Amino acid sequence: MSGVPGGPSVSELIHKPAAELAALIAAGEVSSVEVTRAHLDRIAAVDQRVHAFLHVDAEGALAAAADVDARRADGAALGPLAGVPVAVKDVLTTKGVPTTCGSKILEGWRPPYDSTIVTRLRAAGLVILGKTNMDEFAMGSSTEYSAFGPTFNPWDLTRIPGGSGGGSAASLVAYEAPLAIGSDTGGSIRQPGAVTGTVGAKPTYGGTSRYGLVAFSSSLDTPGPCARTVLDAALLHAVIAGHDPADSTSIPAPVPPVVAAARQGATGDLSGVRIGVVREFGGEGAEPGVLAAVREGIEALVKLGAEPVEVSCPHFTYALPAYYLIAPSECSSNLARFDGVRYGLRVGDDGTRSLEEVMSLTREAGFGPEVKRRIMIGTYALSAGYYDAYYGQAQKVRTLITRDFTAAFEQVDVLVAPTTPFVAFPIGSRTSDPYQMYLADLFTIPSNLYGGPAVSVPCGLSEGLPVGLQIMAPTMADDRMYRVAAALETVVPAPVPPGL
Amino acid sequence: MAAISREEVAHLARLSRLAVTDKELDTFAGQLDVILQAVARVGEVAAADIPPTSHSVPLTNVLRDDVVIPCLSPQDVLAGAPDPQDGRFRVPRILEEEA
Repeated sequence: MSGVPGGPSVSELIHKPAAELAALIAAGEVSSVEVTRAHLDRIAAVDQRVHAFLHVDAEGALAAAADVDARRADGAALGPLAGVPVAVKDVLTTKGVPTTCGSKILEGWRPPYDSTIVTRLRAAGLVILGKTNMDEFAMGSSTEYSAFGPTFNPWDLTRIPGGSGGGSAASLVAYEAPLAIGSDTGGSIRQPGAVTGTVGAKPTYGGTSRYGLVAFSSSLDTPGPCARTVLDAALLHAVIAGHDPADSTSIPAPVPPVVAAARQGATGDLSGVRIGVVREFGGEGAEPGVLAAVREGIEALVKLGAEPVEVSCPHFTYALPAYYLIAPSECSSNLARFDGVRYGLRVGDDGTRSLEEVMSLTREAGFGPEVKRRIMIGTYALSAGYYDAYYGQAQKVRTLITRDFTAAFEQVDVLVAPTTPFVAFPIGSRTSDPYQMYLADLFTIPSNLYGGPAVSVPCGLSEGLPVGLQIMAPTMADDRMYRVAAALETVVPAPVPPGL
Repeated sequence: MAAISREEVAHLARLSRLAVTDKELDTFAGQLDVILQAVARVGEVAAADIPPTSHSVPLTNVLRDDVVIPCLSPQDVLAGAPDPQDGRFRVPRILEEEA
């Protein structure tokens, strides 16, 4: 169905990396409408089984694609990803397009404004296909906490695709989208990347705008790119990153040269790069198959010229408990806005009940169990009498974790560790014991508490399922992790999922 | 010993404006106890003299120039409200009626 005789077929189009699609569109070999339609057809064919999307905006996508094609025909200068489709996690507001955060409390809500990330995607000519499934308010590691049902991992449809951004990651390996946007508060971009065999990057906190990102934990929430290749992730990173006056925690500094770094890494030369292997993340709590794949990934980096250095970050083992105090504390405050007054659900307003009763009934009906647990944990940790021992102490541990990073980066350029302790687990296997779910975030959380960038890149398989290697870099040195990730990709190509 | 009792969980639910059911309280009490015992590990770290970190970006008092920029119309703002009335958000009564 290509418009150009001899042009790529639909099946070829959906398997191409974003960079290649953009080049074909720019060269006029295929139109953005054709590329967009190919992906919409794919979604129609497979998403009933994958459930990566909560909302597909076919009409909006085709209109945006037609607009890019028209501008190209007029000879307008287009950005490097113009005309390429992208899937957006349902935590980012999209004007007039439903935004639920995976929660019943926002079901049917159509935001009156675009998030900054979405504004930048549109300005760069990217085509938004729809909104992807997620754990409710981004709280979870499997998408099983979505109020609208889980997403299924295309590698094995009985297993989880990671979370909270499981929909974004699954859309990539299902070839429903070549690019996706996620948000990472404790690993919600990187862990889904690892268990789906895709690339997931958490930028430096403050490097990407939180304006219009529905808040979970404001000091940690970081939107970022998801892709099937490192270069694609870097190209998307460059589109969405940069200072935003609408976000008071946005860093007023130039975007690190992530695309140039990915291209440099793709030469396969890492001479002079010192990689720190985190001793504390070398064994305990991780599956042997995961550790073996990660070890092989590190050996591959060394063969490319990198110098391995074992480093100790003694407080990393306290990152998980500190996070599960800090994030719920901030969430208990942020989610107070869901009060049934200004938007979303209202329950029990029958004329006899007080405002407080209506609020309590609304929140009881609108929130799922994990959100309720975290609101209550946060309320507990912030309450008089417990504040010092819990929230206050967690903030001090956060300082010590930051110091561990600072000390490590005096010796090495990047740190490496597994992304997540286990491969994609069976759906339903960790929901009865919430703390078992939290353990999925064991290795991703330190970078969130510190604020530095980190990326998960495929490093092999264990039990036939993908494993991710995590590369962590200093604050605002996002380019370093892309260089190392792109180098690894030259020798360990992304695993190919079984067909759907 | 349990870190948190069922009564304390009921109190937290009230503070959190969550009208939880008795059955939920039974489940949450056990789960919150497991979680709180696990996160209490932060207490093992000697950190008496360590300053807290609330945020990783060292920015304070971020201000913009005092210029008028466009904002949402009242219609747009009220479009998502569960019960708008006369250009306002209608809410249930907040005060008891006088005797």
